[in-house]
Amino acid sequence: MSVRTERRSRGPLIVLPAALWLILFFTLPLLIVVAISLVERGRAGGVKLPLVFTLEYYQRLVDPLYLGIFWSSIRIGLIVTGACVLVGYPMALFISRVAPGRRNAVLLLVMIPFWTNFLVRTYAMKLLLSAEGVVNNLLVGARLVDAPLNLLFNNFAVILGLVYGYLPFAVLPMYTSIEKFDLTLVEAAADLGANLRRAFLRIMLPLTAPGIVASVILVFVPVVGAFITPDIMGGGKVEMIGTLINRQFGVARNWPFGSAMSLALMAMVVVGVVYYLRTSQEGERPL
Amino acid sequence: MSDYAVELIGVSKSFPTSKGEQIAAVDRISLSIKHGEFFSLLGPSGCGKTTTLRMIAGFELPTEGEIRILGESMGETPPYQRRVNIVFQNYALFPHMTVYGNVAFGLEMDKIPSPEIRERVTEALRLVRLPGMEDRRPKQLSGGQQQRVALARALVKRPAVLLLDEPLGALDLKLRKEMQLELKHIQAEVGITFIYVTHDQEEALTMSDRIAVMSEGQVLQLGTAAEIYESPLSRFVADFIGETNFLDGELETVRDGLATVLVDGTLRLSAGSAASDLRRGQPIILTVRPEKISLHSRQLDGAVAGQIEELVYIGTDTRYQVRVSEGSRLVVRVQNSGSADQAGFRQGDRVYLTWDPAVARILVR
Repeated sequence: MSVRTERRSRGPLIVLPAALWLILFFTLPLLIVVAISLVERGRAGGVKLPLVFTLEYYQRLVDPLYLGIFWSSIRIGLIVTGACVLVGYPMALFISRVAPGRRNAVLLLVMIPFWTNFLVRTYAMKLLLSAEGVVNNLLVGARLVDAPLNLLFNNFAVILGLVYGYLPFAVLPMYTSIEKFDLTLVEAAADLGANLRRAFLRIMLPLTAPGIVASVILVFVPVVGAFITPDIMGGGKVEMIGTLINRQFGVARNWPFGSAMSLALMAMVVVGVVYYLRTSQEGERPL
Repeated sequence: MSDYAVELIGVSKSFPTSKGEQIAAVDRISLSIKHGEFFSLLGPSGCGKTTTLRMIAGFELPTEGEIRILGESMGETPPYQRRVNIVFQNYALFPHMTVYGNVAFGLEMDKIPSPEIRERVTEALRLVRLPGMEDRRPKQLSGGQQQRVALARALVKRPAVLLLDEPLGALDLKLRKEMQLELKHIQAEVGITFIYVTHDQEEALTMSDRIAVMSEGQVLQLGTAAEIYESPLSRFVADFIGETNFLDGELETVRDGLATVLVDGTLRLSAGSAASDLRRGQPIILTVRPEKISLHSRQLDGAVAGQIEELVYIGTDTRYQVRVSEGSRLVVRVQNSGSADQAGFRQGDRVYLTWDPAVARILVR
């Protein structure tokens, strides 16, 4: 009895540091962002003093120009997520089939890119794709093309850079799911008359779906808001929500508009993820 | 149609090791399994019995030799096109499907119309005595029930041959005994050929029409339960199936199928001979089952004298360890047909052992 009451009274104490941390570095800043988005901008950044309430920046969001950028960001996010899952699933399957002794070494290979700064990796990617880069030199050298291709500063370059950057985030959750998956189930399906494609669709895919769901969220959410990769790989020619927000707080010095855009992005992602989780969990119910 | 359900003709399977060598898991096996037969592959783990089963199922392809199912050479036919089904050791039930979904799966793959699927699934679940469990998930079932679902899932396809990979291994002893009998009944009811893999010699003896005893990738002996138990052809088979005594000795004479053996240079014993090409003076092993030996308190003609070193009461029997010479001991099992205090002998008693020479076997060393 006394133990139980003691435990109950200590409960809040244990979460106190985490709660303080979240309030200080998440809730408060978020509230400040909300506040900034609702007042008029200052000339040199910041907000105009004394504060003047306005909904102007939210109204500007529905401008077709910005809606277009929102839409193209979502589209790039979906393409990148799809590519990461399509490339990452076979990778994760392969890793799970490596002998247990060597598996950690292979997993480490997936993690190694993280040892290099993200910015450096993205610039390296840019160098590879540039007109005098390795890829173009090889293509021209092999006489596959006459002149160097325009591989940079377009959607393709941005997507490639994002897939490269976020692939490990897709591989790891799918690996966890696939590693737990019992491959005799595929044999059982084959034995019962299912060819490889049907065994995969009916047995392996539904049973490894939780890993795919986690991968999709882990990749889609940061990619939609990405700004470094589109900035470097897109060379200012590919606009995404992230680059737009970045500009509002930088050269455009329009903090309230940037804040409104951030909140809109956040709302969109939260709604999207919740909807996605709902539908993907429904799919796991018995047929 | 062929005379046999399954034929293996000189089948071998080798796997590469991590060092790049090849290890033969199955080494030139030839077997012919008849229609409707309950056939067991029996052997210790690593003897190649599961690999053999997986080759019949089509999960592994033989490196050498040929497998025929219903007279048809399988070549590289994939598992989903073979008329065999398997019950896995861990059952391999689909956890995201109900019992109904699991049993219906194979029929859906064959594009059978759903009213017929419903009928056949119900029938299969009745056969394994699991009616009314259609909507349960595998996780909600006991081990024995999961076992039955796995069986129903395979049988519902009406295969020509049912393969069973140690299907009772995970069940407790009592349930295992029940399931052994039930499997026999089910097999009699459906009339399908069963190929049963097990390391449990008692299970194989109880259920099988014929048994192939395997070791190190080879079939050491093939025969009915009685043949294998009563007339083992090698030390390995005699040792693996049931309990037995081994005495190392030398062959003295062979006359009228009866061999005289000299053990420890002093003990002269007779036994029914196994092989005909035995030479005088050849080192041999004499084997005799503990329950075939009788104990007497008086000297009888031809009896072997000994002293009881140890006795263990094990319920139905009492197990005596008798020293018959300086280096040799024999285990004797005597059924406790009387009441407990009647159990005749005590430790240290002088006893005389007899057995019918025909039940003792001579094995080449």
